Amino acid sequence: MLQVILKRIAIAIPVILVVASLTFFLVRMAPGGPFDAEKVVPPQVMKNLNAVYNLDAPLIIQYRDYMFNLIQGDFGPSFRYPGRSVTEMIFTGLPVTFELAFYAIIIAMIIGSLAGVTAAVKRNTLLDYIPMTIAMIGICMPTFLLGPLLVLYFGIHLEVLPVSGWDSLAGDKILPSVTLGAAYAAYIARLSRGGMLETLSQDYIRTARAKGLPEYKVIINHALQGGLVPVVSFLGPAVAGLIGGSFVVETIFQIPGLGRFYVEAAFNRDYTMILGTTIFFSTLIIFFNLLSDIAVLLMNPRARSEA
Amino acid sequence: MSQDSSLWSDAWRRLLANKAALAGGIILLVLIFLAIFAPWIAPHSYAYQNLELGAQPPSVDFLLGTDTLGRDLFSRILYGARVSLLVGFVATGVALVIGVSWGIIAGYFGGRVDSVMMRIVDVLYGLPFIIFIILLMVIFGRNIWLLFAAIGAVEWLTMARIVRGQVLTIKNQEYVLAAKAMGVTNMQMFRKHIFPNILGPIAVYATLTIPQVMLLEAFLSFLGLGIQPPMSSWGTLIRYGVESMEEYSWLLIYPGLTFTITLFALNFFGDGLRDALDPKISSD
Repeated sequence: MLQVILKRIAIAIPVILVVASLTFFLVRMAPGGPFDAEKVVPPQVMKNLNAVYNLDAPLIIQYRDYMFNLIQGDFGPSFRYPGRSVTEMIFTGLPVTFELAFYAIIIAMIIGSLAGVTAAVKRNTLLDYIPMTIAMIGICMPTFLLGPLLVLYFGIHLEVLPVSGWDSLAGDKILPSVTLGAAYAAYIARLSRGGMLETLSQDYIRTARAKGLPEYKVIINHALQGGLVPVVSFLGPAVAGLIGGSFVVETIFQIPGLGRFYVEAAFNRDYTMILGTTIFFSTLIIFFNLLSDIAVLLMNPRARSEA
Repeated sequence: MSQDSSLWSDAWRRLLANKAALAGGIILLVLIFLAIFAPWIAPHSYAYQNLELGAQPPSVDFLLGTDTLGRDLFSRILYGARVSLLVGFVATGVALVIGVSWGIIAGYFGGRVDSVMMRIVDVLYGLPFIIFIILLMVIFGRNIWLLFAAIGAVEWLTMARIVRGQVLTIKNQEYVLAAKAMGVTNMQMFRKHIFPNILGPIAVYATLTIPQVMLLEAFLSFLGLGIQPPMSSWGTLIRYGVESMEEYSWLLIYPGLTFTITLFALNFFGDGLRDALDPKISSD
């Protein structure tokens, strides 16, 4: 067991290094230097600028220096905001994005698994059809459409909730969290319904029923653990989606999180910021994939023995 | 499974019996028709600006209203359908070509080749592709062909896994062994025995990939990193709609509705196709 986990970690580390190197060289391949967009500067100034940002060294030396700093958690300076380091910007934006993603996933887990489990238990009744139809809508309705529609209805039409900002007005966290969580609630509902249906048809559930356990105990004590495995294995990959979703939600609701910083950096071609955040996000995603793999291993005895 | 024609006609009958899938299919056909013939159907030019007119609510003259530059929204949605559907089909095609060849080779040759190829897929699965696509768009410019290639390069992984699994099952069937014993070459084997038998799952997965690809394109366009003006996709229309939704809500609602209905239709059609071709393939 421990061996399997260590093996997974051993694979993850080189993957992160490869991603970091690939990103570094990709960004360096970008046409034009980072200061080309500005008005023409005297050659001497350009030279000094390049020297300050270590751009005059040979590429391989730049790479060595960058990777060396990276391992120490230093992502270098931002090209667009002089005097601010990328690390500093990541740690300003990260807590906000984390909080947003946390609320979203809590909302998604509660609503999604309640709806999914109910639908599976009450299969082929209205309690199955209605939540599953809503889930289908939730999957087809992209975040960048749902968000503005919620703003239009609750913010502009009903005027009951603030439509932008984070932590400045009462209730301004509700719409962004719901927007980000909705699609996941829908996925989780479908996954937990599927998982529960499969688990409920297993022999050990029949045994539990046969020994006279009340239905709610069968579900809570026996079925849930197996039925929710698909949900847990979905949570790792979901982190990648949550990050993508945070780009959209933070842009729509003007939230000063890492997602919006990233989109702005992509727009302004702030290359060091893009480089740093890309590596940071990648590491985060790989880490959470690893975490959910391990959680699935722990939850499923069969996978445990196979591994 | 013995005869090709009966498998497909059975599937066809099942598909016709599934009302949701049928409705999805019809909506799709109509959309494709509208997109192809957009220049003849569109009542107005999609690019003609009439600044004096400005944003008008829907009327007889402008079915879905006009945008802030006085352009007819209905015509713009029609032309947007061309871009959005094109991205959906072309990028899925790219994914299909890579994924199917990868899966067939891995599954058919098995052993070492298989384990190396599938390990590569496993590693790629863990990579943050959305971020990589954004990175590529930033570095190499926002080019529609690059967008096709980048999205296609992301979506082939699942296809490769599905195809490999299918090939593994088929390759151990007696008729394949018999063909091999008779000295059929690898190429003939792919063409005659393996490919026809994995066509079903490929068709199903391709149909379900198209909406995902369209979502990805719209997501990028919404952030301003996808399709660039003067071209517009449904994603860019939604983006403009959001900018002016406070006064002119129809600019958000109609493109959004079109997009959602299309995704709905594609998903229902894909689900129906799956049930029709092979009731055993699981839903997720």
